[in-house]
Order: sequence, then structure tokens, then C-alpha cells
Amino acid sequence: MDWAIVIETVIKTVIVLSVVAGMAAFATWIERKVLAYMQRRLGPMNVGPHGVLQLAADGIKLFTKEDIVPQHAVKPIFKIAPVIAPVCAFTAMAAVPFFPEFTVFGYTVTPIISDINVGILFVMGVASAGMYAPLLAGMSSTNKWALLGAARTVIQLLSFEVVSGLALLAPIMMIGSLSLIDINDYQIGGIGSWLVWSQPMAFLLFVIAGFAETNRTPFDLIEYEAEIVSGYATDYSGMRWGLFFVGEYANMITVSFLVSIMFLGGYNPLWIIPGAVMILIKISAFIFLFLWVRAAWPHVRPDQMMWLCWKILMPLALLNILITGIVLI
Amino acid sequence: MSLEQFSKRDVAPGYIFYNAEERPQSGWEFFKRGFSRAIKGELLVGLKIVLVEMFKRGNTHTVSYPQEKLAIGPRYRAIHKLLRLQESGSDRCIGCGLCEKICISNCIRIETKLDKNSRKEVSQYTINFGRCIFCGYCAEVCPELAIVHSSDYENASEQRAHYGLREDMLTPLDEFKANKQQEFPGFGALSDDADSFVKKTPLAY
Repeated sequence: MDWAIVIETVIKTVIVLSVVAGMAAFATWIERKVLAYMQRRLGPMNVGPHGVLQLAADGIKLFTKEDIVPQHAVKPIFKIAPVIAPVCAFTAMAAVPFFPEFTVFGYTVTPIISDINVGILFVMGVASAGMYAPLLAGMSSTNKWALLGAARTVIQLLSFEVVSGLALLAPIMMIGSLSLIDINDYQIGGIGSWLVWSQPMAFLLFVIAGFAETNRTPFDLIEYEAEIVSGYATDYSGMRWGLFFVGEYANMITVSFLVSIMFLGGYNPLWIIPGAVMILIKISAFIFLFLWVRAAWPHVRPDQMMWLCWKILMPLALLNILITGIVLI
Repeated sequence: MSLEQFSKRDVAPGYIFYNAEERPQSGWEFFKRGFSRAIKGELLVGLKIVLVEMFKRGNTHTVSYPQEKLAIGPRYRAIHKLLRLQESGSDRCIGCGLCEKICISNCIRIETKLDKNSRKEVSQYTINFGRCIFCGYCAEVCPELAIVHSSDYENASEQRAHYGLREDMLTPLDEFKANKQQEFPGFGALSDDADSFVKKTPLAY
């Protein structure tokens, strides 16, 4: 084995881990500020200029808090469950190309940890395996709210997974490859070649499924405060609780990358804007969309969510595949 | 009198019914309702409203509390104040004891004696703020307007002993420290061994 590749992969992994974890922490501050301004509030203001150091204060608080394990919880599972969330979220990023290729000191760097030929399936599969975190956390807590949250995790997984998979099938039929780099290169010809124009229905369905996958507001039923206190995280405190949220925000970033690469031209340069800036703009827009929707929309009941996914979105996805197939033939 | 008047007791005369949308009966009507709701774009209206609010400047409703404070009504009933006579600067209180009598939570204690001119003099006046419910009866009954409510509502403290009295308006702090405070026994009052539970803080001692 060539050691240069090993070292390069380790360096890339460390950079992705640290940068995405930092982005996830920063996203909590952005979320609080954006939600505050949309709701005519100020948000955090006192720690640092406009509260920007609030995330440092929150981090210190989370790391130094007492680690409480409930007496009757199934302790090994209770302790391991929060680790699953960020591990799956970060593992999913292994197959995501973040930026276009660039050259450092004459060495060409491909900013993807591993270009596997089933990239999109790997990302979707590992991100969905992250749902084991709320499921195991809720079931090991021996707490009725947590148990309800775990049950809702399962119905959420069963609902959105079929929609996101079927929604992605139609664009994949057009591209003919599962590698995210191939998908990105398919849309190299400017805005007109973006898949969102030829597959608007798949785009819409995948975004809706992405909201469900990251437990964001219209589908935040596994941790909805008004109904089940804090859902699966009711018994968690300190950094174990924080790990769930690192995982959630990392998942948001992954879903944003997926949508941008699949439907919005990915990291292809546009006019004079370089590709790296383009994808950062798209990611930021999607993170903002997540927050915007959270400020504006109410959430749905579990039965409404299943109704929506199975009775509306899945038939639409199937119809989309059918029409795409007819057009392709 | 018919039975109907008894069976519809939840509807008072003059009750206005809200004419809600009729529930669709057939599957086709359900579909039509769902379709019209889907194309109405109500969700997009919600998105637009919050976005407009986000970019409006200066419409925040937050009061950044320690720096800004809301104006309080002049009749707000917060911590009591004992007033002095404008002319002489001596205490307005004549020691009639009406506030002690009317206090429904039994938290005012007033001690009087005769001074050398045989006039009544207030020697001790304490309010147990841990027990006071701020009903305002004392200020209402006072014939001399000696005891009033101020608007000083920031009376959080680290120790319950601080609620024994408000030294800057009622009893001097040195007297309090000498354990000369007189209290009625009962719920909320300081116990005899309260001093042994007081922990020292650099601010207060």
C-alpha cells in the first residue's frame, strides 16, 4: 500500500472532522440569531460581539457538566447511543466531494476522502444508520417520553427513507452513475444543465425527505417539546446530549451538500465565480432554508407525516420515475 | 318547558356560531380541498412573513434587561419604603401600629416607647420580606403616608436572611448583625438558629 495515500486520507479526515464540527457549532449560533431576528428578538447578545462567543460558552458548559446516567437505564447502550449520531454523520461525509480539485505545491488534491463508485448510496445508507442513535437512546432510557421518541424515530425512518430513495432514482437514471463526482460532472454546462430543471419533482421530494432525515421542523416529531418533552434526549445531559446535536447539524450539512451536488450543479464554477465559492453559497442557502422553515412552519403529527410520505410523496416519486423512464426510452 | 332546553345547556342565548369550513363528505371533495389548499401557497405566505420581519430594522421586542428596564407603573407594589417628614427630616411614622394589625401575613413588627417628651417613638420597625405578599394593606391603612411601596423590584438575594429586613430603608445593618431583629414565629420567619445556617459571602459581610 502506498503510504502517501494513507497519510493524505488521514489529513483529509482530520480536516473534515474539525471543520465540519466547527461549522456545526457555528450553525447553532447562526440558528439562534436567525430565529431570533425572524421572531422579533435579539438572540444571544452578551458573550462577545452580538453573542458570537456564545458557542464557546455553550461548549464549555456542555463539556464540564455532570454526566448523569439514570439509575434504571440500560447503561452500556445509554452511553454508546449518543456516539452513533456524530459517527454516522461524519462517516457519511467520506464519500461527499466538498470542493473541486485544486493544486497545492504542485500536488493535486481531490477534496473527497474516498471516491467510491456507489457514493450516493453510501451517504444515504450511513446517514440513515444514524437513526439508530435516537432509537437506542430512547429505548435504553426507560423513560416514557424517550420511548415515544424512539417509536417515532422508527416511523420517521420508515416514512422518509422510501421517499428519498425513490426520489433519487430518477436523476440517477439520467446520469447513469452513483458516484457523486460523476453526478457533479454531469451538470458542468452552467445553470441550464442543473438537474433541478429536468427533475424538479425529484428535487422537491428529496428536500422534503432531507428535512425528515435531519429531524428539522416540519418533521421534528422525535423531539418535539410540546408533546414528548425532549423525545429521545429527555434523560441526556452534558456532552452526551451535545453529541446528538453535533450529529444533527453535521447531518444538515451533509444533506445540504447532497442536494447541491445532485440537483444544483454542485461545485461547478459559474461565470466568474469559482466552484468552491459556488458550493459554499449553495450550502449556506440550504442551511438558511432549514432555519427559515423552522421559524415559519408548524410541525406535523406523526400520522400526518406517514400519510404525507406514503400516500402523497411516494406515489409522486413513483410517477416521476415512470415519466423519466418513458422520456429516457 | 320542553326537554330541549335542558339538553342544549352548553349553548347560551346569543351564542355566536363560527361557520367553519364544512367537512368534505366524499373522496372527491377531500381531494378538491387538499388540492386547493396545496396551490393556495399558505406555507409560502408564512415564509414571506418571517423573512420580511427578519430584514426589518429596529422592530425587536427584546428588552436587554440589565442595561434596559421597562418603565414601571407608579402604583406598582414592590419593596416598602419608610418616608421622612419633609420639614424636619424625622420619621413620618407615629407608631400607631395599624400596619402591624392589618398585615395579613403577619410580617410587620413595630415596637414603640415613650420618649422624654412623653411622645410616642418608634424604636423598632421590621418587615419580614420572606413572608410579605405585597398586598399593600399597610400602605393603604397608614394615616401618615409613612409606609409606601417603592418601585424597587430587584430584590433577589443569595440568602434568606437578607429578607429579614431591608437595612437601607428599615433597620440599620449593624443592628441586624447584632441579632437584635425581632420576628414573629411562624412559617417564613427566621428561626432562632438562622445565623448558624448563614454562609459568609464577601459582598454582604
